[in-house]
Amino acid sequence: MSALSGTAKRAAARLLSSLPALLGVLVFTFLLMRVLPGDPAVFFASGPNAGKEEIEEIRRQMGLDKPIPEQLVRYLADIGKGNLGRSLTTGQPVLNDLRQRLPASLELTLSALLLALLAAIPLGIVAALRPGSMVDHAVRFFCSLGVCVPTFVSGLLLIYVFYYLLGIAPDPTGRVDVFTTLPPVVTGFLLVDFALAGDWEGWTAAARQLVLPAFTMALFVVAPLARITRASMLATLGSDFIRTARALGLPRLQIIVAYALRNALLPVLTIAGIVFSTMLGANVLVEKVFSWPGVASYALDALLASDYAPVQGFVLLMASIFVIVNLTVDILYGIADPRVSVA
Amino acid sequence: MTATLRHAVWVLRGNKVTAAAFAGAFLLCVIAALAPWIVPYDPIASNVVNALQPPSSQHWAGTDQLGRDVFSRLVMAARLDLAIAASAVTLSFAAGAVIGSICGYAGGRLDAAVGRFVDVLMAFPLFVLAMAMVAALGNRIENIVIATAIINLPFYIRFARAEVNVRRNAGWVEAARACGDSHLSVILRFLLPNILPAMAVQISLNLGWAIINAAGLSFIGLGVKPPTPEWGIMVAEGARFISTGKWWLVAFPGLALMSAVLCFNLLGDGLRDILDPRMRT
Repeated sequence: MSALSGTAKRAAARLLSSLPALLGVLVFTFLLMRVLPGDPAVFFASGPNAGKEEIEEIRRQMGLDKPIPEQLVRYLADIGKGNLGRSLTTGQPVLNDLRQRLPASLELTLSALLLALLAAIPLGIVAALRPGSMVDHAVRFFCSLGVCVPTFVSGLLLIYVFYYLLGIAPDPTGRVDVFTTLPPVVTGFLLVDFALAGDWEGWTAAARQLVLPAFTMALFVVAPLARITRASMLATLGSDFIRTARALGLPRLQIIVAYALRNALLPVLTIAGIVFSTMLGANVLVEKVFSWPGVASYALDALLASDYAPVQGFVLLMASIFVIVNLTVDILYGIADPRVSVA
Repeated sequence: MTATLRHAVWVLRGNKVTAAAFAGAFLLCVIAALAPWIVPYDPIASNVVNALQPPSSQHWAGTDQLGRDVFSRLVMAARLDLAIAASAVTLSFAAGAVIGSICGYAGGRLDAAVGRFVDVLMAFPLFVLAMAMVAALGNRIENIVIATAIINLPFYIRFARAEVNVRRNAGWVEAARACGDSHLSVILRFLLPNILPAMAVQISLNLGWAIINAAGLSFIGLGVKPPTPEWGIMVAEGARFISTGKWWLVAFPGLALMSAVLCFNLLGDGLRDILDPRMRT
């Protein structure tokens, strides 16, 4: 019980101390969006030949005639009420748009993170078990290469190989092809929804669409995860309790997995949290390459159209996800290493 | 100095990878500097008759949808990409080193506040912020530089802060203060030069990241405009033809990006080995 409350207390403290920076990011984005070229009032006006008076009226309605500080306060108050404004390009409230598109982005990012962890942890462990060996060098080589290939290049090359040359990947546009009927929306995650509906044909179709983009993103983040796993495993394997476990003649697998890995996972968790945030940013590029209907491509389109409400909404969403991810990492920390919460 | 040099030669001789990275980075800079004189064709002259040709002995990297020679464009792009990355990194290094040193030297509340802010900022999707900045400030190359510099800033602040913090109570710092040097003078004349070698590693590692970021920004249509040759925009233009099998339009700029980033990353690792063999991972 005390361990649990310790974790909660620590998580709350971290959350509180990150709030000023998050608020700073929000205000910064708000100010940036105010200098975006283009006048939103002109977009909202009835037509291209709307009179000057009409535009002024709309500006007044939108509060654009007020001084910037007052606009900022209004904006923050609106956020508090859950009103993120309206997108000019889709005509929908930003909150609805984001809610509709978020599952696509999350499904992609989470599966990529899972793929990356599944590859990185074994690679890191293998490299740490034999430092300086061929395997270690191979892993290091692979990692150095992985961080050097921008996602938009690796994504396109994967499309070339698997769609054009081999013909085994589906057309790289969107989450399902046009012939598949979508399952009833429950979670928004297509894989989950198809499974719930029992439509395994649809599930396969969605999974096939997901593989390439997820793989593209995973490729980019395997390196930091594998590196930190290796470094942390090396440190743990060299510690006294591992020597003792070895001396006691415990099975090798048990030493590595139950004793070393569990203790080595803390830094991996921290990096995984950071990697997740990075991936949300990198989503912009991957979603563009694969025409993935996620929040990042939505924000990008809005940005290029000088439509600021969706961009602000997107940054707010990123900030909230960031907070949630950090909380999760903190809680997982407590589970992975109970000593942390006591301290 | 000669000892450092001798150590550097020793490290390079023993570590072929680092030596290759040094050579590669040097070659890249030479190519960028001499680009206008070594390109076989005009990088922006279109020749529609000759469009979308695969690599051949005449066009080593093929031609694009307007019949422009991809190889010439790649070489010219090296100039722009390296210039963007180098100026961005220089800007953020200069600003970050000063802010970071002041925080590390002063300590206390200011330091804690800045440190916390930087930590949060680093974990935020920085690419998104860069996007917003370029869009807001205007679609120009200078703004790519500024945006890339700003999103790199937290890394330098954090690094300089940590490096100064461990040295602030060193004997020679106290000696300088005892001699009547002002705080500013201690930071600028003693602490900054002292952390410079360590920062060099950071700069090199950061160059690769800056190149990827700048190319990513122009890939999504921010910053550099066609027909300017730039690796990111070349990939973006080639993307339209990838599903019809025109691989060279993406593969070669991709390869150029990859090798540039790889060179600078390995160079950074190598520099670290030379400067501080203990930090090797």
